Amino acid sequence: MPDIAEYIPIVGQSTIDELYILAGNLKGKMIQNINSTAVGGGVAEILSRMIPLLRQFGVDAHWDVIKGNERFFEITKKMHNALHGARATLTDDDFEFFLQVNRQNAAELERYGDVVFVHDPQPIGLIERKEELGRKWVWRCHIDFTHPDPQVIQFLEAYINQYDSAVFSAPAFSRKLNIPQALISPSIDPLSDKNKDLPPELIDSILERYNLDRTRPIVTQISRFDYLKDPVGVIEVYKMVKKNVDCQLVLAGGGATDDPEGMQVLEEVKAAAAEDPDVHILFLPPSSDIEINALQRASTVVLQKSLREGFGLTVAEALWKERPVIASAVGGIPLQIAHKYSGILTYSKEGTAHFLKQLLNEPKYAARLGANGREHIRNNYLITRHIRDYLLLFISLFHEGDIIYLN
Amino acid sequence: MSEPFHFYTQAHLVRLLGMKAKNPVELLEGIRTVPVSSIYYHTHRFLQQHHYLSPEPPNDFAYWLTSILGMQEWGEAVASVDVIQYRDLEHLRSRLEAVLSGYLAKGGYLAQAPEGHEFHFVSCVTVITPTPYIAHDAAQFLEALRRVSINSIYFHVFEARLRLKNNGNDFTLWFQGLGKEKLAAELSRLDPYTITLEGLRKKIIKLVSRYA
Repeated sequence: MPDIAEYIPIVGQSTIDELYILAGNLKGKMIQNINSTAVGGGVAEILSRMIPLLRQFGVDAHWDVIKGNERFFEITKKMHNALHGARATLTDDDFEFFLQVNRQNAAELERYGDVVFVHDPQPIGLIERKEELGRKWVWRCHIDFTHPDPQVIQFLEAYINQYDSAVFSAPAFSRKLNIPQALISPSIDPLSDKNKDLPPELIDSILERYNLDRTRPIVTQISRFDYLKDPVGVIEVYKMVKKNVDCQLVLAGGGATDDPEGMQVLEEVKAAAAEDPDVHILFLPPSSDIEINALQRASTVVLQKSLREGFGLTVAEALWKERPVIASAVGGIPLQIAHKYSGILTYSKEGTAHFLKQLLNEPKYAARLGANGREHIRNNYLITRHIRDYLLLFISLFHEGDIIYLN
Repeated sequence: MSEPFHFYTQAHLVRLLGMKAKNPVELLEGIRTVPVSSIYYHTHRFLQQHHYLSPEPPNDFAYWLTSILGMQEWGEAVASVDVIQYRDLEHLRSRLEAVLSGYLAKGGYLAQAPEGHEFHFVSCVTVITPTPYIAHDAAQFLEALRRVSINSIYFHVFEARLRLKNNGNDFTLWFQGLGKEKLAAELSRLDPYTITLEGLRKKIIKLVSRYA
């Protein structure tokens, strides 16, 4: 885990100094994070990097994980899908069982922080102990809440409204609630394998391994082989552009080999590529972070032509590497790109092809977008900003009003 | 002897209001009813989030009208509301209302945002903290100004004069107190809305070095 000092050359001494000042205002307060898994998944990944950093700033931060059996996680998986818009098939028994597991965990938890920071729906029922214990309770929603199933959201809202505050990742996920809601976007860690600087020779060797020609432009999309990422649409864009600009296309990403849909998408992508030697389809194993990093860094333009997206942090990853990015205006992507300032937002294949040609033909303009994009990510989507927002959130729980003066 | 200048800094926690607009009519309705901290946030967000860009993108309302709804003329009219003129955010709100109402009164085509591209109203909680930097004279002021974060400069220039209804910016007032009238006058003439925060820092350093 990196030392805080390693972030100073990236975000500046004054940014780190201000985090220490904010953290100092939480002296004596225990911040307890609670979620449902210690490994795997985005929440565990964020917490595993966030907790050690918070502690380095002097915050008494902890992380507890609730326990559940197979039935519990089947129910929460259904809830998760229903919140993403799938039809719910949950019975009253399921909801009752969900609450029983929550109550059992609430009774078994050995401690409660001054701030109880509950992540996602699985442990949401712990709030039932608020009346008895007091404390400040925050519910953090990490998932897309745009089109939730009415039955599930109605059930959850009764619990959400008991918290002192809720946190969402994008404005579109917010709802009419009786409690304050904060906007805290996710972040990337500039020192992780996926984002850290790489020596040029390592980038070269990775490109060589994938038979990529560095003398010609490389257009890349990094994403799972998933219909919602529209990889076939990306190939169509490439074909439109290839008529005028000699470029290569890289479609790289992972996916579970036991996911039949993923395999089907991969086959369709291969068919669409029609053995064009300049289309490189790379099905990467897990833990290919360094390879993804190198591919992004070597790209002339990065695409993210998703049809739907949660937050879309691959955009932030590419912008951080100073790459010009063309991305669909979906999910959290418009937060990361101000159109024509720090990247390009598009709505169609034709629009994407038009701007791709423009960026390939106008490298100076493309470079300016990339440079602005990197600064935008530096200021808004690095883990240090995420830490700042969490500190502000915790502080706000102990103060009233829109303006808080601290000594 | 004048009081020393204590540098403060500030940070925003963004609050979601759960309110959105699909078209200019709903945008106007929202502008009329949101808390004033929301007007502040939407007209000042770009200054901090895109502070490396010059010229900066316009305020959120103008950006949405232009880039999402494609209503260039409306967008330009809202972008050109001269935020620096308004020391009271309620006056700024009234001006934005007047501009939008004027266009609505003319009638004509009103674009609708596609699903997922609505304007989401947010507001903010501002947390203000002291920094360790204190200046007793112009030399110490310069030294501190080189070290403080841009958030501190933002606080003393934008936050102080507009949101807290302070008269002028904090730097101007302090140098007036020191009897540096010429410098104070030069500092008060700066239009901080058309310059990046780092550019503003350099300009203030130049002015203080020259006149103090």
